[in-house]
Amino acid sequence: MSQQKQASAKHHVAGYAFSLVLTFVALFVALYTSLPASVKLIGIVVLAILQMVVQLIYFMHVTEGSKIYQLLSLGYGIFVAIVVVAGSIWIMLYNTMTQ
Amino acid sequence: MDLFDMKMPDQLIVWGNPLINGAWISIILVTLGIVFVLTKYKKWRWLWDEWLTTVDHKKIGIMYIVSALLMLFRGGVDALLMRIQLALPNLEFLDAQHYNEIFTTHGTVMIIFMAMPFLIGLMNVAVPLQIGARDVAFPTLNAISFWLFFAGALLFNLSFVIGGSPDAGWTNYVPLAGEELTPGIGINYYLWGLQISGIGTLATGINFLVTILKMRAPGMTLMRMPMFTWSTLITSVIIVFAFPVLTVALALLTFDRLLGAHFFTIDGGGMPMMWANLFWIWGHPEVYIVILPAFGIFSEVISTFARKRLFGYSAMVVSIVAISALSFLVWVHHFFTMGNGPWINSVFSITTMAIAIPTGVKVFNWLFTMYKGRIEFTTPMLWSLAFIPNFIIGGVTGVMLASAPADYQYHNSYFLISHFHYVLIGGTVFGCLAGLYYWWPKMFGFKINERISKWAFWVFVIGFNMTFIPMYLVGLKGMPRRIYTYREGLGWTGLNFIETVGTFVMGAGFVLLVWAIIYSIRHAKRDYESDPWNGRTLEWAIASPPPHYNFARVPRITGQDPLWRAKKKGETIFEEKTPLKPIHMPNHTGIPAVMAGFWFVAGFGFVFEWIPVGLAGILGVLLCMMWRSLTDYHDHHEVPVTELRDAAAEEIKNAGGRSARGVVNDG
Repeated sequence: MSQQKQASAKHHVAGYAFSLVLTFVALFVALYTSLPASVKLIGIVVLAILQMVVQLIYFMHVTEGSKIYQLLSLGYGIFVAIVVVAGSIWIMLYNTMTQ
Repeated sequence: MDLFDMKMPDQLIVWGNPLINGAWISIILVTLGIVFVLTKYKKWRWLWDEWLTTVDHKKIGIMYIVSALLMLFRGGVDALLMRIQLALPNLEFLDAQHYNEIFTTHGTVMIIFMAMPFLIGLMNVAVPLQIGARDVAFPTLNAISFWLFFAGALLFNLSFVIGGSPDAGWTNYVPLAGEELTPGIGINYYLWGLQISGIGTLATGINFLVTILKMRAPGMTLMRMPMFTWSTLITSVIIVFAFPVLTVALALLTFDRLLGAHFFTIDGGGMPMMWANLFWIWGHPEVYIVILPAFGIFSEVISTFARKRLFGYSAMVVSIVAISALSFLVWVHHFFTMGNGPWINSVFSITTMAIAIPTGVKVFNWLFTMYKGRIEFTTPMLWSLAFIPNFIIGGVTGVMLASAPADYQYHNSYFLISHFHYVLIGGTVFGCLAGLYYWWPKMFGFKINERISKWAFWVFVIGFNMTFIPMYLVGLKGMPRRIYTYREGLGWTGLNFIETVGTFVMGAGFVLLVWAIIYSIRHAKRDYESDPWNGRTLEWAIASPPPHYNFARVPRITGQDPLWRAKKKGETIFEEKTPLKPIHMPNHTGIPAVMAGFWFVAGFGFVFEWIPVGLAGILGVLLCMMWRSLTDYHDHHEVPVTELRDAAAEEIKNAGGRSARGVVNDG
């Protein structure tokens, strides 16, 4: 029991450290580098995807449990994420009727 | 911004308007009354032990429902005040500012603090019982959800007497809601009240998702679950995916207002329209969060009182799953007129109309469930029957609004207002009331008086139609929403007057409803009948009110409507011969209420931009989390077999010697 407890604590601390590092790297890229804006943007998006992977593996137990539930929930999550991100970009870019 | 600058708003204590002075006086009197009663009858200990620290899903459900009824009263008073102001042209009952505040709080209170908690309360009461579980998956988290809702609602409702209400509408559109156009603290109340209660709702979504997927009794496969449980499952999925968007949008607007960021301001490269976009990415799924559980309730009630199994069960399931996916694809129809290109509006018009298909499937399924059924006109059934025509009026006008070119005519008029009241009252409120009547005997062991309740029903439904049919007409005559007065000679006066009278009739219906409840609490016979409606699902197989562990023996499920099947065959669904075993149950804990108290302090501090107070509250929240994570290995106890035996004997005694279950009442 206590060994299991320790292992899960280690796992959580590692996940926490990874997510903090990714956050600070994103901040550093945005605030303290002189890269062109488009490169910064791509960098932040890549870091965000890595952050998502860290969250899924270390905190959301994506590697455990029933495969079918994991696939369904990941699939639905990706569907909603694409709808929200792509939909928002589409709507905000082509908001031209009143300009 | 100076961190320790505790600046005072212009008017910390709102005083001067006779309405608000009256509210102050009544708040103080009611608070003193509560304190007096609790002290006189020595009930403080009882309040703490039985309610404030409980993790029992049934008690949490009851607290949700009581809070929601209070919020229904508050939102209803807001509605009455608006209707008095608009009864005739050029009235000066409310000024423009006060009117803006009231329509903002009416909308926010009714959606966030009335409709959702009412439904979540009913889910708490019924879902674990329907699937044969002894509690939800995370009982302490469930209590945290409730107390976060409570803290958020309390914070939001304080606004009108301390510091001033939000006044930018329940959608809180920027730039109006930005720091530049609306300085002061009203909007901060909106942001923090919704943020705190929204986190609680997100936790509820996770909790019920896990509960339904992982805690079902043996044999309760997904396709044997009652329809209310199905709708709760799908609602939880929508909550889990939609609420983070609200959390982020509120946080970004908080950064704008509190820390001078520029996410939604034009200067600094922000996009005001992005607020509307994010708000409705959450807001449209939110509409389904409040309607799907109501659909589930109607399915249960109609099937019970038509004495037939639900027609087209699998079509119903496919429909709600389809609605859950479509609910994320339609949000632009809330702002067709914001200047989107024709492609965008066309696509979202089509997706919006597509939602009418699964919804129509469900309506036909309810009708076919009743076809050739032996219908019994109890109060929950009356609310369900009234739901069908009223909801269809709302739904059909919704399809009219879905057509983007036509929407340019209807948008921002009272036609739109009437549409969403028909779906939200005719759907959600009728559903909440049907569910309240249906599960009341399970919660308390007696029915609400049917005679007074039927009066309440008819008065309410007539008042509702009297209010909102003229609203469609006055909308078509061009009356815009969010105006605090209008001039004579526009042809709006007569219709507005009828609406106001109708609102008072609805108010009378609410008073009758409350009277029915009070009358029944005082006079109704406590028969503690386990199955008063001749029900079909598991919750009616156990005592009313159920013991805190729900099921002494875990039931074995062999098909849909397990109790009905067992009654037909004269069997019992519990294996009475197997020996009782001690039951593992969670302990009561004060952490949820204390943690929500700290959230309240944090919210209050940040509303007034008193950063040290806000940070102190957050620190308290973190300490509660630490305390919880260090003690969570000692948070359960075992219910001994002797207690289970005593409870079973008590149940048989309450049932007056007759067997509590296993008999089909004919009729």
